[in-house]
Amino acid sequence: MSEAKDYKYVGTRRVRPDGYDKVTGRANYGADLTLPGMIWGRILRSPHAHAKIKGINTSKAEAHPGVSAVVTFQDFPEKSQGSPLAQNILANEKALYHGHAIAAVAAKTVQIAEEALGLIEVDYEVLTPVMDLDTAMADGATLINENLKTVGLPEPATEASNIAARQELKIGDIDAGFAEADVILEREYSTPTVHQGYIEPHACTVRYDENGQSMVWCCTQGHFDVRASTANLLGMELGKLKVVASEIGGGFGGKTTIYLEPVALMLSKKSGNPVKIVMDRDEVFKASGPGAATKSWIKIGAKKDGTFTAMQAKMAFEAGAFPGSPVGPGTMTVFAPYDVANAKVEGFDVLVNKPKVAAYRAPGAPQAEFASEMLINELAEKLGMDMIDIRLKNAAREGTQALYGPKFREIGFIECLEQCKASEHYQNAVAEGNGRGVGAGFWFNIGGVSSAVIHMNPDGTATLLEGSPDIGGSRASMQSMAAEELGIAPERIKPIVADTEMVAHNDTTGGSRTTFATGMAVIEAAQDVVRQFKERAASTWNVTPEQVEWADGVARNTAGDGEMTCQEICASAGRTGGQITGRGNINARGAGPSFSVHIADVAVDKDTGKVDVVRYTASQDAGRAIHPSYVEGQIQGGSVQGIGWALNEEYIYSDDGLLENPGFLDYRIPLASDLPMIDPIVVEVPNPFHPYGVRGVGEANIIPPLATVATAVGNAIGRPMPDLPCSPPRVLKAIQEG
Amino acid sequence: MALVIFSSELQKFTGEERVEVSASTYRQLVDGILKRYPDMPPEEITEKAVSIDGMIIQDPLLDPVDENSEVHFLDRISGG
Amino acid sequence: MAKVHVSTSVNGEPTEFLCEPHDTLLDVLRNELNMTGTKEGCGSGDCGACSVTVNDRLVCSCLVLGAEAEGKEIGTVEGIGNNDSLHVIQEKFLEHAALQCGICTPGLIVSTKALLEENPSPTEEEARYYLAGNLCRCTGYDKIIRAVMDAAESMRGAA
Repeated sequence: MSEAKDYKYVGTRRVRPDGYDKVTGRANYGADLTLPGMIWGRILRSPHAHAKIKGINTSKAEAHPGVSAVVTFQDFPEKSQGSPLAQNILANEKALYHGHAIAAVAAKTVQIAEEALGLIEVDYEVLTPVMDLDTAMADGATLINENLKTVGLPEPATEASNIAARQELKIGDIDAGFAEADVILEREYSTPTVHQGYIEPHACTVRYDENGQSMVWCCTQGHFDVRASTANLLGMELGKLKVVASEIGGGFGGKTTIYLEPVALMLSKKSGNPVKIVMDRDEVFKASGPGAATKSWIKIGAKKDGTFTAMQAKMAFEAGAFPGSPVGPGTMTVFAPYDVANAKVEGFDVLVNKPKVAAYRAPGAPQAEFASEMLINELAEKLGMDMIDIRLKNAAREGTQALYGPKFREIGFIECLEQCKASEHYQNAVAEGNGRGVGAGFWFNIGGVSSAVIHMNPDGTATLLEGSPDIGGSRASMQSMAAEELGIAPERIKPIVADTEMVAHNDTTGGSRTTFATGMAVIEAAQDVVRQFKERAASTWNVTPEQVEWADGVARNTAGDGEMTCQEICASAGRTGGQITGRGNINARGAGPSFSVHIADVAVDKDTGKVDVVRYTASQDAGRAIHPSYVEGQIQGGSVQGIGWALNEEYIYSDDGLLENPGFLDYRIPLASDLPMIDPIVVEVPNPFHPYGVRGVGEANIIPPLATVATAVGNAIGRPMPDLPCSPPRVLKAIQEG
Repeated sequence: MALVIFSSELQKFTGEERVEVSASTYRQLVDGILKRYPDMPPEEITEKAVSIDGMIIQDPLLDPVDENSEVHFLDRISGG
Repeated sequence: MAKVHVSTSVNGEPTEFLCEPHDTLLDVLRNELNMTGTKEGCGSGDCGACSVTVNDRLVCSCLVLGAEAEGKEIGTVEGIGNNDSLHVIQEKFLEHAALQCGICTPGLIVSTKALLEENPSPTEEEARYYLAGNLCRCTGYDKIIRAVMDAAESMRGAA
């Protein structure tokens, strides 16, 4: 299945089907829908990082002219009130972070709604905020949740704690492994709270219908999950809530949960009007996302020849105000690229008074692998080894037992390392005064449930309904795969991200699963169509379907004469048994891990500490690139998000726990003028479990830049940079201390 | 017999790293494991993803297990 | 406060609207004129998703009041091309796969057009600095810059 094959459409670069609407401004995003009679919702947010809510008086707001409805946490059905999701969407007894939603108003205009927010009286008792891991984990720390006890301890916890969970993974015997080592290094690392930074704020327009069909239009990575979560919180049947995924203006994991939808529906229910809520940028930073801040301690033992003998990590991840940081995948990925017999990893999920963290592109892996990759580079230097060679020496390959469980099947880590090593970039020495870094990344990728339907139209064109919101160009890859299977031109296939009424459940777009899993559903649907094409042709020719061959969009009678094109079969379908629809409803198995290896050269201004990335190369194993341009785009985009994480991005809080930089001016994501071209290397080691070998390319690329860039900066200034971001003040301080 | 290899976390319940179980589907395999380790809470494995000969399945039930399969349980991954 | 009556021109069409004195041009375009091609990413002039031209000058429409449009000529993405006849900049964005989610694309198309009208032969560095006010979180800018440079070359050839 996975051997190299020539495909007609798979692997070609074509204009994406949704492109025209996007370059002309016609594409409709989360904030772009207006309904008749629609009113506007706005949300009151906590001015405190940690406070008891002693009372909320909404009567003045309700009486304000133009206001139609006000809701608070008490408007959730009683049986939902224990849900942490509900308590994050609207605060219950405590405000747990600066910007935590307290109440919401719907009014004729945004301005009236905002006036009404000012009339809501909240009686707060301000509590001490817990803003970092050390404070949160200290004995006698202020408790964020007095009922929370740590799970996963060797003995059951008796006291409440800010540590929600402890996890441990172990393989072999680390004491024996360290005893075998010629060199042992250990160091602490930290990464800050960051935001996914999608350009489109969260937005929804909803219409509640008591007796019929309620509707939510929103920007999300998973409208089936929006439906499930919202219906669950509001006690609705799934079939009575239709969720339409608008075009989505970036997500990166941050649009895999819900914030606004139940609030808007409750406002709509109370007011009787459709309601639109659009977050401000300030609200996006304060109350959505972010990605977890972390502290890690890493220890690695190695032989003189670079062979790792033992690897150990202890990592703490901030969860925000509710349990659920990605410490799990953090512990699973931290050493995953390497074949090591002895390893132990301990991870902690820790509450702080910051927004509940959301998934962010390979959640947990960039933070964890930043720490391990940094120490591996330091080890290479210590041993006088090349940064790529030390990785080649220890690289996981087919058959390697991963610390997190299974043995790898075919993987492309060594190919990524070798192609980076052979690159013109790496073959040329770094310019005098600049620094170079290398880093690697591993991400699992996932499968899961996907559903697709292909309706053949009477003119032989196809309507392809799939249920995975398209965040990076997946409609283009669906179109290519369907075209390959059907043997008709991609332009004759219209891929549509269908709403929750038009296809069966699809898992959320995340985990780099869409081209892999939804792709498999689309392939199955197309094969179902081809099977029916053969049956229709067979019945026309009075032969068996097995005697019909399908190729290039034409049925051929192998038992005699006769050809029927796709158009001819579709045109006569009504008379040969009805119109033709193909279905693919699957649980995709066999997701293929993706590896990524990057090289960065940086120049550091020794007077200001400002870092310029002057050259960047990024390799990744795609398995098979269905649409190479969009695979490159994922690699380039992930690299630059990681560069931002390494160099600039961080949440800055005041001593009172208030977010001081909730805007793009002060939370500075990379600009066009900050960057060089990003040279992609697309490695293709096919995933044996996908018909075309697809792995998924959305995430692994954001992992390597953190250590790659920080190592390059460290090499340029001659001092290690274990704490991100390598922002000008921090780099300058390191230079001055050196 | 399929070979099941338990993680360090699961070994707390099983007390052993490897066990051979006779099963032709994931469901039979899980039934066999739970019968062998009655003190292990079922969700410790039923809420996990599984790797059968390197094929990772997020939410398995009826998936086939071969005579010589190697099986690992691992935490489910969501992703971003 | 009374609404303000504004007479202006949008993409060459004489247009009149009523707005609140505090409404931004972006609010007016999106909510009064139903022209949602212009996007809001920040409302503070930092992201460029709402880029439009006012008398051929590139601005963030979230930083301009609707009332300021009086007597001016407003240019938005909707005036640049349509599905049947794309502008060469739009064609090059598609050809080079210079968009992923597409939310920044209308602003970038408007800004690129302004750039190439001001400077038909930008260097890569000039293009990167001119477009530094248009944030893109998906692409890493590589393919955007390639599309812009290719569009510039193509427009010079046609001129």
